[in-house]
Amino acid sequence: MAEEMLLTDDFVRQLINVGEVDVLIGLPTYNNAKTIEPVVRAIQAGILKCFARERVVILNADGGSQDGTPDLVTGASIDDVWRASKVYALRTLHAISTQYAHRAEPGTALRTILAAADLLRAKACVLVSPDSTTIDPDWLQRLVSPVYRDHFDLVSPIYRRQKFEGVLMRNLLYPMIRVIYGCRVREPYAAEFAVSGRLATDFLGNGVWEDDWGKTGPEIRLTIAAITGKYRLCQAFLGANPPADRTATDLVDAMRRTVGALFSSMDGNFSFWSNVTASEPVPTVGAESELPLEPVRVDRERLREMFASGVAQLEPVFRSILSASTLAELQKIAALDISQFQYPPEIWVKTVFEFAASYHKSVINRDHIVQALVPLYRGRTLAFLLENEGDQGENMEKNLESLCGDFERLRPYLLEIWSGRK
Amino acid sequence: MSEKIIAALTQAWQELARGFDHYLPLAVEMLVIAFVGWVIAYLLKVLVRSILRVTKFSRLSESAGATELLHQAALPSSTELLSRFVFWVAWVGFILLGVSVLGIVGLQEYTARFFLFLPRLFAALVILFLGSLAASFFSRATLLAAVNANLRSSRLLSASVRIIISVFALSMVFEVLGVAEQTMLVAFGIVFGAGMLAVALAFGLGGKDLAREFLEDKLGSGKKREKEDELSPL
Repeated sequence: MAEEMLLTDDFVRQLINVGEVDVLIGLPTYNNAKTIEPVVRAIQAGILKCFARERVVILNADGGSQDGTPDLVTGASIDDVWRASKVYALRTLHAISTQYAHRAEPGTALRTILAAADLLRAKACVLVSPDSTTIDPDWLQRLVSPVYRDHFDLVSPIYRRQKFEGVLMRNLLYPMIRVIYGCRVREPYAAEFAVSGRLATDFLGNGVWEDDWGKTGPEIRLTIAAITGKYRLCQAFLGANPPADRTATDLVDAMRRTVGALFSSMDGNFSFWSNVTASEPVPTVGAESELPLEPVRVDRERLREMFASGVAQLEPVFRSILSASTLAELQKIAALDISQFQYPPEIWVKTVFEFAASYHKSVINRDHIVQALVPLYRGRTLAFLLENEGDQGENMEKNLESLCGDFERLRPYLLEIWSGRK
Repeated sequence: MSEKIIAALTQAWQELARGFDHYLPLAVEMLVIAFVGWVIAYLLKVLVRSILRVTKFSRLSESAGATELLHQAALPSSTELLSRFVFWVAWVGFILLGVSVLGIVGLQEYTARFFLFLPRLFAALVILFLGSLAASFFSRATLLAAVNANLRSSRLLSASVRIIISVFALSMVFEVLGVAEQTMLVAFGIVFGAGMLAVALAFGLGGKDLAREFLEDKLGSGKKREKEDELSPL
């Protein structure tokens, strides 16, 4: 779908009324009436506090909400924010909304927002999740300033998390992006991020939108495009990541949006990542917050059962994906009692690499490969909980560094199996 | 008397000679056609094998579950089997063409039938292959969905899907081939009906706990269970 098709006549009229802007704040929504109002207020407060002189527009790209979400965005009055902050905007603050589809499509939502940013010649475009109930007005400054004032192209967030939250991010996405693309970006898949007008325009022209994974997981593809395109990246410390109430279906979807999109990106970027020799740190702005250490209630025995049952039931599928030795190791782990349970980092790294190589070779349907990783991820989650049970933030960082070291050490193994030598 | 015998023998000999005279060139022609047919069939076999190797047909066959099935039946690989099939179909076709040169009325009819049967045979083979591909895909999708939803008897569900699709594909194959259409229709009806009954019973008996858990969760009357999903992956 070309950008002309994406932007309806009515939406283009709204954009023309707004005119050129300095900062565009994108809010992709779908039935978010419960959480959207505080998010919009925090954004408005952030604009008054940090960007009172700039031309700013809040753009809501809605996937066909039935609960009046777009009306809440466009109808949110800034008067209350003025009264509370006692600061007045020096420009008209526009808030516009468009419905891009009749269901939530993250790829189309991002594309609509970037296309609008391109049309309005925005210098910075920031995306904010409508579920970010913990958003602070300062988030806007932390995300936008590096782009608007320091000319970075992508600002990725660093969230303060619960001790055991973000297991997939810590055990797969961050280490894989680090070892594959040589960039230590902590949140390659983020709900909030900012991009420069240059990156927005270039990414719009990227063929990623035609790809299934580009439609479902465009955020991680944007990060990868920024890394491979040698754009200037930085990270900004934000506040707490709002806890999500997730179900098994969400877990499979999360795998598709992140792991599927990551594996898919490796095909087209082989010439880039096969030459990466080391990883580079990413400049980070803002003050780091400490990791909270509240225990999380998790049924560990159930996690172990789901892992063991997955290894047993999916054996015929794993035989197509994994090497005989890795499968044998997994079967041994699945037989362990919870008191002895461990999924050693080396086996986990090999598992991930073999899945990536099988995905590349399409040994079975690619979506099935991503789904088959879910039970093994549950096993790794359990091992992660047990490994870090008594650890504090600093030790957890050490464990993460050690895992990343294993990913880097076994990189030649990935190259071997990728080209089919193993 | 002896003259009569000699005359009869001479006539018989002359008829035999005429027969040889008539059929020998035709037989040679038939043999030449059969030989040329063998060469063409062999070349076709090599060509088909190369095409299948280049297009990585074995991978498709593996994902369809056909490779495993052939392995269990101690048969050669799907690539080899298909190329051999093409060889034999082509060669038998040429042999029958050669036989038709002899002008034997009954054989000509069979030859014509064979050539008329070939498109149906190919259609049946394509249906069989696509059926096994669909059965493999949907049974694997069911297995993955069931395992990720932590359902018990995931393999049973997956096997049920595979059997239903396979039976459906087989009944279509027999219908295309025109083999025992009525019998297959009745057999399909019985197997499908039995399958549905078994699935209904399995869901009814095996799913009662699941249904109770679902209702308890929905109505909020049950004890809230701790879930692994309380941990956010992202």
